[in-house]
Amino acid sequence: MSDHAATDSKSYLTTFNVIAGIIVIFGLIATIMRFTGGLGAVTNLSDYNPWGIWIGFDLLCGVALAAGGYVTSAACYIFGMKRFHSAVRPAILTGFLGYSLVFLALLYDVGRPFRLVLAYPFVVQQGTSSLLFEVGLCVALYLNVLFLEFCPAALEWLGIRKLRDILVKITMVLTIFGVVLSTLHQSSLGALYLIAPAKLHPLWYSQYIPVYFFVSSVIAGLSMVLFESTLAHKYFHHKMDETHLGESDGLTMGFGKAAAIVLAGYFTIKVIGIAADNNWHHLATGWGAWYLVELIGFIALPCFLFAMGVRDGNLKLIRYTAAWTVLGIIVNRLNVSVIAFNYHLPAADRYFPHFWEIVTSVFIVTVGILAYRFIVNNMPVLYEHPEYKEEH
Amino acid sequence: MSISRRKFLGWIGAAGLATTVGCRAEAAGKHFTGYPGSGGVLHDATLCIGCRVCEAACNEVNNLPEPEKPFKDQAVLENRRRTDAKAYTIVNKYEAGRDAGKPLFRKNQCNHCLEPACASACFVEAFTKTPSGAVVYDPSVCVGCRYCMIACPFEIPAYEYDNATTPVVQKCTMCHPRLQKGKLPGCVEKCPTESLAYGERKDLIRIARERIRKHPERYVDHIYGEHEMGGTSWLYLSGVPFTQVGLREDLGVTPAPQLTKGALGAVPMVVGLWPVFLTGVWAMSKRKEKIASEEQQDAVTAAIELANGEAAEKLAAAMEKAEKDKETAIEKEVKKAVEEAEKAWEEKAASAGEEPDAGAQDEEEES
Repeated sequence: MSDHAATDSKSYLTTFNVIAGIIVIFGLIATIMRFTGGLGAVTNLSDYNPWGIWIGFDLLCGVALAAGGYVTSAACYIFGMKRFHSAVRPAILTGFLGYSLVFLALLYDVGRPFRLVLAYPFVVQQGTSSLLFEVGLCVALYLNVLFLEFCPAALEWLGIRKLRDILVKITMVLTIFGVVLSTLHQSSLGALYLIAPAKLHPLWYSQYIPVYFFVSSVIAGLSMVLFESTLAHKYFHHKMDETHLGESDGLTMGFGKAAAIVLAGYFTIKVIGIAADNNWHHLATGWGAWYLVELIGFIALPCFLFAMGVRDGNLKLIRYTAAWTVLGIIVNRLNVSVIAFNYHLPAADRYFPHFWEIVTSVFIVTVGILAYRFIVNNMPVLYEHPEYKEEH
Repeated sequence: MSISRRKFLGWIGAAGLATTVGCRAEAAGKHFTGYPGSGGVLHDATLCIGCRVCEAACNEVNNLPEPEKPFKDQAVLENRRRTDAKAYTIVNKYEAGRDAGKPLFRKNQCNHCLEPACASACFVEAFTKTPSGAVVYDPSVCVGCRYCMIACPFEIPAYEYDNATTPVVQKCTMCHPRLQKGKLPGCVEKCPTESLAYGERKDLIRIARERIRKHPERYVDHIYGEHEMGGTSWLYLSGVPFTQVGLREDLGVTPAPQLTKGALGAVPMVVGLWPVFLTGVWAMSKRKEKIASEEQQDAVTAAIELANGEAAEKLAAAMEKAEKDKETAIEKEVKKAVEEAEKAWEEKAASAGEEPDAGAQDEEEES
C-alpha cells in the first residue's frame, strides 16, 4: 500500500500516461466546443439522426458492459456461489464507474444538461408513458445502489468502520434491489426502440427486444468480468491477494460455463424472434448477411468456444472468447441504435460519427480507466483489507 | 418438498417473464378517435401547385428566421427537403404523376397524431395533444433527449443543434395560438388553391370521402391519416399511391403508445415478483448451505463417535489384558513366594528333622 506512491512518483511519463494525457487534452477541447458551440459543432447529429454514438456506444454499450456488477453480486450473494466472492468488488467497481460514465456522457448528449442534473422537470412532470422515464429512473436509482455497494471499499480505505459495517449488513437488500433495477433498465433500453418499428430494420426490431437486451446484458456482464479480470491480472497483478489469485481460475471456468449457457439461450430466442415475425426472407438480403454475422459470429461462435474452453479447461480460450463476446455486444447495440436504425433512409441522410464525437467517447472511456486505476491502486478492491479479512 | 417449492418459484419467474412479452397483442381493444369536435387540416395534394406560399405564411406567423433562399425561389423544390428547426413546413416536388411530365407537390408538417408518438415517448411530458387537435410542445421542461425525434414515424420534430445553451425541439403547432383566437392556421389562410382546408376532423373525413366518390378517376381511394398510426389530425388526399408523394404506407394503424404498452406493463410485475423470486433463490441456496453444513456436522459427529467407540473397545481390551497380566503376575508372585517359603521350610525341616509338610507336598504335585 505505502510503497506504490514511491514507484508512481518516479515514473509519471509512461506510455500509458502520455497517451491518456493526450486523450484527456483532446477531450477537454471537445468539451469546450460542445458547451460553447452546441451539439452541431462537434457532432454529425441531424434531424433524421437525433441519436449518435453518444447514445449508441456510451449509453447502450456502457450500460450493458457495466452489467457485471449485478451479475456477479447476484451470483455470489443470491445464488450462493461464494467462491466468486473476490470478483464481486472489482465487478461492482466497474459497474459503478460504467454507470457514472453513462451519466457523464448523457450530460454531453442532452440539450439541457442542467435539467438532467437538477432532475427538476423529471420529478415534476413524470412522463410515465415513456420508456425513457423508466430507464432514467432505474439508472438514477441503480447508480445510487452501486455507490452504496461500492462504499465499503472506500470506507475501509478511509478507515470508517462503523458506516462500513452498516452498509455490509444491507448487502442482500442492495443486491436484490440492484438486480430488480438492472432487469428493468437493461430491458427498457431495448424497449426504447419498440416505438419505432418504421425505422429499425425488421431483423433487429422485435417485440422481444426488451428480453434480448436483458439476456444479452447478462452475457455482457459475464464476459466483461472475465475481460476485465484478464486485463487486471496483466496490469494489477501485484495488487491481488492470495484469495483473489486462488479464486481466479475457478471464476474463469464458472463464468465461462455460465456465458456458454446464456449464449445458447440467447441464440435460441433470437431464432424464435425471426420465426415469430416470419423474417426468414430478410436473411437473404445484405442486411440479413450482416445479421447472420451477429447471430453466428458473435452469438453461436462464442457460445461454442466458451463451451469448448470449459470442457478442455482452456482458460486462455475462455478469456479470448470473453473479449470477442464483449465486441459482439458492442456490435449488437450499435446495430440497433445506429447501423440498422434509419435503414430506410438514402445514404446521404444516414449518420456517421463526427471526429469530435469519437474523441469524446474515447475521452470518457479514458476517464473511466484512469478512475479505475486510481481506485484499484488505493482501495481494497483486488485484495481484502487486512483489518476486515475475517468477515465475509 | 424442496423440489415442489422450486418448481413453484420457477413458475412465478416464468409468469413474470411472460408478462414482459405477452401484452402487445391484446392492446388494441380501446381506440381513441380524437377529442370530440377537434380540428384538423385536409391537404388535397392534387390541388397543390408548389407555390410555397404556405411556407412563407408559416415562417411569418411563427416568427421563424429568414430562409437562405427566398420563398419565391422555385429552384428550392428540386431538392428533397424535410422540416427543420427553422421551417415547420416544407413542400416537396414528386415526379410520379399520372400524367407524365406533370410534377406533383405535397406539403409536409407535423400530422398532429390523435395519439402522438412524441408525447408517448417524452419522459417529461413536454408534448400535449390539446382538445383543439393540435399537438403542442412546452420548451420549459424539455431536457433535450430527442427521443421524440426517434419516436416520430413521420420524421417531423427538429432540433436546434447549433444552440449551445437553450436548444429546443421545433415543430408545427397547427398554429395553436391562432386557433385559440379564432383564426385559421397560417398556411391554410394563405393557400391560394384550397389545397388546404381547416375544419372539424370528422367533417374533413366526410368531405374527403365525398371528393373520392365524386372523382374516383382523380383520387386514390384512401384518406391518408384517417387510420395511419391510429389516426392523425392532418389528412391527405392524393392522385397517386401515397408512397410516391413521400408518405409511408407501411406504418400500420397501431397508435404509438400501444407499441410500448406491453413493455411498460411488465415493469410493475418485475418490481413485484422479482424480489420474491430472488429471495426464494437466496433462501434455497442458504438452505442448501445449511443442510450441507448440518450433514457435515453429522458426518463429523458420526466419525468422532466411531472413533470414540473404537478407542473404548481398544481401551477395554487393553484393560482386560492388563488385568490378566496383573493376575498372572500376582499368581506368579504368589507361587514364587510359596516356593520360596517351601524351600525355606524344607531347608529348615532338613536342618531341624525328617518330617515333611503334607500341604507343601500337595502344592508341589499341582504345579
